[in-house]
Amino acid sequence: MKTYKLFIGGGFPRSESGRSYVVTSVAGTHLANAALASRKDVRDAVVAARAAVAGWSGTTAYNRGQVLYRVAEMLESRRDQFISQVRATEGGSAVAASSLVDAAIDRWVWYAGWTDKISQVYGNANPVAGPYFNLSSPEPTGIVGVIAPADSSLLGLVSVIAPAIAVGNTVIVLASDDRPLPAVTLAEVLATSDLPGGVVNVLTGHITETAPILAAHMDVNAIDLTGVADADLATSLEVAAAENLKRVIRPPADGVDWTVEPGVERMTALLETKTVWHPKGM
Amino acid sequence: MGFDYAPAPESRAVVDIKGSYGLFINGEFTPTIDGTTFKSINPATEEVLAEITAAGSSDVDRAVAAARTAYETTWGRMPGAVRAKYLYRIARLIAERSRELAVLESIDNGKPIRESRDVDIPLVSAHFFYYAGWADKLGYAGFGADPRPIGVAAQVIPWNFPLLMLAWKIAPALACGNTVVLKPAETTPLTALLFAEICQQADLPPGVVNIITGAGETGRMLVEHPDVDKIAFTGSTAVGRAIAKSIAGTRKRLTLELGGKAANIVFDDAPIDQAVEGIVNGIFFNQGHVCCAGSRLLVQESIAPDVLDALKRRMALLRVGDPLDKNTDVGAINSAEQLSRIRELTDAGSAEGADAWSAPCELPDQGFWFRPTIFTGVSQAHRIAREEIFGPVLSVLTFRTPAEAIEKANNTPYGLSAGIWTDKGSRILAVADKLRAGVVWANTFNKFDPTSPFGGYKESGYGREGGRHGLEAYLAH
Repeated sequence: MKTYKLFIGGGFPRSESGRSYVVTSVAGTHLANAALASRKDVRDAVVAARAAVAGWSGTTAYNRGQVLYRVAEMLESRRDQFISQVRATEGGSAVAASSLVDAAIDRWVWYAGWTDKISQVYGNANPVAGPYFNLSSPEPTGIVGVIAPADSSLLGLVSVIAPAIAVGNTVIVLASDDRPLPAVTLAEVLATSDLPGGVVNVLTGHITETAPILAAHMDVNAIDLTGVADADLATSLEVAAAENLKRVIRPPADGVDWTVEPGVERMTALLETKTVWHPKGM
Repeated sequence: MGFDYAPAPESRAVVDIKGSYGLFINGEFTPTIDGTTFKSINPATEEVLAEITAAGSSDVDRAVAAARTAYETTWGRMPGAVRAKYLYRIARLIAERSRELAVLESIDNGKPIRESRDVDIPLVSAHFFYYAGWADKLGYAGFGADPRPIGVAAQVIPWNFPLLMLAWKIAPALACGNTVVLKPAETTPLTALLFAEICQQADLPPGVVNIITGAGETGRMLVEHPDVDKIAFTGSTAVGRAIAKSIAGTRKRLTLELGGKAANIVFDDAPIDQAVEGIVNGIFFNQGHVCCAGSRLLVQESIAPDVLDALKRRMALLRVGDPLDKNTDVGAINSAEQLSRIRELTDAGSAEGADAWSAPCELPDQGFWFRPTIFTGVSQAHRIAREEIFGPVLSVLTFRTPAEAIEKANNTPYGLSAGIWTDKGSRILAVADKLRAGVVWANTFNKFDPTSPFGGYKESGYGREGGRHGLEAYLAH
């Protein structure tokens, strides 16, 4: 039985704790083992994400778009594997699983096209009442901790990762506890897509153990609590995040239909607006 | 040869300060139910100005209830074009009463009349004018085709720009269709209370704007009130953090505008006289009571001696004194408490080994005053390089290379603003790119405009006030 590893800094290490856990299909069969991430793994992932942020946010938007598009191509080349994995993980028919995988690929392509447009949509010049050049531009916030949706193991997963990195952030993703395998396969895709190491880090395990470390980590800039179903856990994570004033995406109030076009909010929530002034004069 | 200015006092006659003030709830002034009272004083003279009410919990309940009713029955369903008319009217009334507001602001806050008259109050009127125009155009703002307001906004503002901070909060909230309960700072309630009268003069429907005075406890009760949908806070990072924790697990939305320790970077090709004006403006404007103050000077080593000489010459000409004198450059420190905080940190600066130099000037006997001061020989580890002093105190550090300047500038948990002084255009743009700050002033400093978004990175807070971006905080997602 295969034991899947973590994805940190572009490589696939085991958990430093040496632990792993059993991943079952929705029907109860033993699908594989996955690494059981520890607190130290989380901290190592943050180090990798920080090391990657200057390079990734410093690449041109065009370059980021090309890399994301490459990821979509690689997803498509492994379409059959994803379909069977999603089906085993979430249940449902082959048709339903195909539809989810295709939606995930399309979602990735959609975000690839946003990299060099979001600043045109979200930034602007400001007509100040004086002889000054004044421009507001969005910049990535830095490192984003993401707790991936518990149930939507590929489409939901892609929908929380792609917007964060499209705009230049690096991420540490805590995969769904019970449905981690598509995240592991996605990591393999990312590793072969020219995405620099450390831009996306994927940790499998129990979010009750890893999320608090991520939420309290002083070098993480934002946290996406989308996948936190337990209200008390979500509250305690938001409290921990307040220590260094992380930008927080709260869990959705109701269920999410991941097939609906997402809008720009998952990107703008992870962007900082910088406004630059300069006098004009002969 | 000295150049003496004769006193040029602005008259107080235009202002009519009452002996005591109640709370402004549901369109009228009303006494407290379960609160207390306290005194507001003039920080330049320590005279008592008025008795102010500190709202109690029943008062907070009433105010929030009034805002909720006004939101549901009147303001939240009013067409944007009609909301706009009220806001335009308020902008006009502020402009008409601008001298009265400026004098009152200087008396209550301690800032020079030249600043309140020429900077604060004009920006207040402009803010309402700008956001009035958005009220019926929200579908064009980039937040959806028909964005809705959030509901009731609780707003807590600081004492450094009392009426301007009120405008930054109330104008966008109302333009988007929200109603508000605002708590001005304990030491500077008077212009907010006069603004309440202006709301009455403008016939603003009752409950749309509620002003409840008080101190930290009133503010806490307000932001923790369960029927508040959105909180906007400007103040210290410590309190901002506490508010963020208190709303965890709720659906309340929050924007924060907190402290800063901005680096003002002067490169060796900067024109020295202009840079010195920018340094002085950066830290001594408003007595340094500015969250985005350029409180760390990072000067390139090769020109440091010349810049410091020019800076000291310029500082020696700063006029510290009566805020109502039109010649005054630097006014009073806002309170005894703030003065003692400034002293604690400047004492630490000397104790940690930095060298203090203060402008030689006479200080009045009464009131709270601090001489404009610079510290040289400062290291990044010193408290005066890391902690926000919020006074007319500049910490001077040097650097050799642009990369070093950027690293030092960004080496702070704050990220509100920064300054760049250089003649080289490509360097302005490259350095501006790398500074992790929400506002970057290049070859200028402390410039504000209602159209220009303002706010911080990292622990300086989140959200933006001003401009199109300033609408986002007041619209439902």
